[in-house]
Amino acid sequence: MPAGEPFDGVLPASALHTLSSRPLSFYIHVPFCATRCGYCDFNTYTAEELGEGVSRASWRDTAIAEVELAARTLGPEAPQISTIFVGGGTPTLLPADDLVAVVQKIDELFGLAADCEITTEANPDSVTYEKLATLKAGGFTRVSFGMQSAVPHVLKVLERTHRTASVQEAVSAAVKAGFEHLNLDVIYGTPGESVQDLVTTLDSIDFEHIDHVSAYALIVEEGTRLARAISRGEIEAPDDDDLADKYEVIDEYLSSRGMSWYEVSNWSKPAGECRHNVHYWRSDNWWGVGPGAHSHVGGIRWWNHKHPAAWTQALAESRTPALAHERLTAREMAEEDVLLRIRLAEGLALSSIPAGANIDSLVADGLLLIRNDRAVLTPRGRLLADAVVRQLLL
Amino acid sequence: MSKSAPVAGSTPPELIRNFCIIAHIDHGKSTLADRMLQLTGVVDARQMRAQYLDRMDIERERGITIKSQAVRLPFTADDGVTYVLNLIDTPGHVDFTYEVSRSLAACEGAILLVDAAQGIEAQTLANLYLAMENDLTIIPVLNKIDLPAAQPEKYAAEIARIIGCDPSEVLRVSGKTGEGVEALLNHVVREIPPPVGEANKPARALIFDSVYDTYRGVVTYIRVVDGRLKTRERISMMSTGAQHELLEVGVISPEPVPTNAIGVGEVGYLITGVKDVRQSRVGDTVTLYTNGATESLGGYRDPKPMVFSGLYPLDGSDYPTLRDALDKLKLNDAALVYEPETSAALGFGFRCGFLGLLHLEIVRERLEREFNLDLISTAPNVIYRVIMEDGTEHIVTNPSEFPGGKIREVHEPTVRATVLTPNEFVGAVMDLCQTRRGIMHAMDYLSEDRVELRYTLPLAEIVFDFFDALKSRTRGYASLDYEPTSEQVADLVKVDILLHGDPVDAFSAVVHKDKAYAYGVAMASKLRELIPRQQFEVPIQAAIGARVIARETIRAIRKDVLAKCYGGDISRKRKLLEKQKEGKKRMKMVGRVEVPQEAFIAALSTGESPDKAKEK
Repeated sequence: MPAGEPFDGVLPASALHTLSSRPLSFYIHVPFCATRCGYCDFNTYTAEELGEGVSRASWRDTAIAEVELAARTLGPEAPQISTIFVGGGTPTLLPADDLVAVVQKIDELFGLAADCEITTEANPDSVTYEKLATLKAGGFTRVSFGMQSAVPHVLKVLERTHRTASVQEAVSAAVKAGFEHLNLDVIYGTPGESVQDLVTTLDSIDFEHIDHVSAYALIVEEGTRLARAISRGEIEAPDDDDLADKYEVIDEYLSSRGMSWYEVSNWSKPAGECRHNVHYWRSDNWWGVGPGAHSHVGGIRWWNHKHPAAWTQALAESRTPALAHERLTAREMAEEDVLLRIRLAEGLALSSIPAGANIDSLVADGLLLIRNDRAVLTPRGRLLADAVVRQLLL
Repeated sequence: MSKSAPVAGSTPPELIRNFCIIAHIDHGKSTLADRMLQLTGVVDARQMRAQYLDRMDIERERGITIKSQAVRLPFTADDGVTYVLNLIDTPGHVDFTYEVSRSLAACEGAILLVDAAQGIEAQTLANLYLAMENDLTIIPVLNKIDLPAAQPEKYAAEIARIIGCDPSEVLRVSGKTGEGVEALLNHVVREIPPPVGEANKPARALIFDSVYDTYRGVVTYIRVVDGRLKTRERISMMSTGAQHELLEVGVISPEPVPTNAIGVGEVGYLITGVKDVRQSRVGDTVTLYTNGATESLGGYRDPKPMVFSGLYPLDGSDYPTLRDALDKLKLNDAALVYEPETSAALGFGFRCGFLGLLHLEIVRERLEREFNLDLISTAPNVIYRVIMEDGTEHIVTNPSEFPGGKIREVHEPTVRATVLTPNEFVGAVMDLCQTRRGIMHAMDYLSEDRVELRYTLPLAEIVFDFFDALKSRTRGYASLDYEPTSEQVADLVKVDILLHGDPVDAFSAVVHKDKAYAYGVAMASKLRELIPRQQFEVPIQAAIGARVIARETIRAIRKDVLAKCYGGDISRKRKLLEKQKEGKKRMKMVGRVEVPQEAFIAALSTGESPDKAKEK
């Protein structure tokens, strides 16, 4: 199977074979935003960027068509669905009914597990109580809000449009609609953000109702407006030492509020982990629906056409929207296992570490702990996780 | 006399004119030579390729001549007689002064060729003096008179002043258009004396070049002074007494043409089947084995390396390739010396000795180009003679081997340097030479606005970045020539660079005591920029013996983790890891510190090397 070959319902038996032994999830990509933020390089389009032949209105039908393709491809061996995650883009730009309709189609064709976790990302600006109530009634169990910061000058550098107060309003609305699992995304290390600014952001979090925080160091992605502003010298680049300091501030702060880390960039209250993301890090199976969405089943990774028009056209013509794929070798799978699982608080089984890796020196340097025959990152090790991976694998 | 071209091997000496062209790089020597080849009909227009005589790619690309050549040109002069002109091409660079001197010794006259838009340059001046010392007849010529920027009046006056003639005697040609070239050849016939030798005395021939050819073995270029050399005769090299059989003798016109013999005054080649130019050394005298001459022509000198550098393959597994490549280059380069050395930082390599910086650069470039090697070279250094308190003596060609302990004195080589500069830059040049520990001997005005400065300088100060500094201070107008003179005692110390407590041998340098601190600070701060942060703090120290004179710290890296690693990030992350694996191969370990090879290369290069500055 050369890369780029259409991927029409022909997953190899070896990949399909894993369906019975591993959880299966869906990722649903909504490639729309009202405006594009300066730091963002996600596969998302404003109304003007979208072009002809595709619209927000046609997204639902096309997404449903891809769910049908998934059902045909995975066949009767597919288990009930463990988790669904709707991301973007800005899913809440769409009518809540559209998102619910896609979830219902998944339920119809696969069945949802009794404890199925169904998350949507939401922009504090574009949710209302009514919308959230519709999502809740449609089976959604979890909402993830893009807060990023509670400090106006930081939001301005990020080009986020929401007001600081709208996060609290959105969280209240979600609580009122009956959501028990709520996440806030935080970006730290934005140029101009002080440690006090970060603490202000953390102080604004309603820890009574929020059970999960994802905190990401700002990544300056190539080709973004932020990257251009930095290369022109208008904005200072994020500094690694500053990012490290802030990571430590966040870890300490969230720990003091009853949260603990379960992945390098994710903290939750007990039982508040995002199970969907944990599936990624355990190399479980998932199907990504939508433009540019990635999928993984049994060592085969593939990804869809990035542009909504190409994705829509492929499914309209009953073709696969997949653009290319790769089949992982046993060695690559083993390496992925190391680089993903080491990020988790549950750690990496020592048996997964290649013979010859110098674990002792990583322990001596204070980067790893060995606990129950598993290697777990120390706080310093979390900040140097990629270096640890290199030492384990190279 | 006959109009037909005289036969090689029995050319009457009075019909022979042996001459060379002395010129600066870019002053058009090769183009003029091309014009002569065409005019005398030895190469027709169809065969003509630019710069016919420069054989190696590097020579043609850089427009410089590394190995000299000789070509026999039949020329019917204005008097109706057909003469034999032997044009002996000379290398044009300071590193090859000795080879130039042997080429000059094979001639009775020299064309002094000067760009009419630029005037004479320091190296040309040095070679001119060399030619005058050899009693050669000098024919001054201005080239490129077709250029709009040409100032023939001005530079004719300058040349006239230097060689002591009348400005009107300076000929004017254009190698490009051919204008004046025929007149020049007639001038050569009239002015340059024919060779004088004894046909009946035992044969003596001067070797002025030898070139290794894959198919023929070593081709030796000679000028017969006395007697004759015939094929099948046994010859002997007078410096070593080694004997060989003459498999072939001939002349170049411009391709090799075998003949039965070459006689008095003639220039040609001989082939004996030897495979290494060391067996056929420039400057040596060839004679017959039986009834040979007892006295050599004199002037022979062993080539002596002046500049040393360690050459290391970037990829350690290329070491055998590098060794074989050096062995091959050596066949054609009697001046190249090398011996294996091991660097804790750079692995296995060779300490190589060169005639000078250009020689180093050429060897390096040929190794990379012809043998596909990626190399790191250490900063060039000179040879030091270190006398210890107890009287023992160490010869140091690698700074990291500079001895510790009680040193009585250190001797370093010196050169006599000549700088030609427009007078507006005299202050800047003097200032530069002063900071490089130079001692001024003379300052002469060559013309109203051009000055010749003569200095004694430590060679070590020149091999570093002197030429670049000179060019940048004089906006490219100054030119430099130097020749080794002797040595001097100097207050020199070895500065070591320590990374996380471990000395990095490749960065050790021998410097003057007054500059040790500056070197240490500069190197330490450069390395701090070049070496990526590690998982632990890395001190960089510069030290003289146990005394630390400068210190920088590479702070420990604190963050090295991708914030997000979700569905689509995973493939990207794995591919990044693959790339990092590749990158790791290009890392050298110094103790526990990972140093990228790029850091070594960047830290070891100080600006541009001299001949690169001359490239366009």
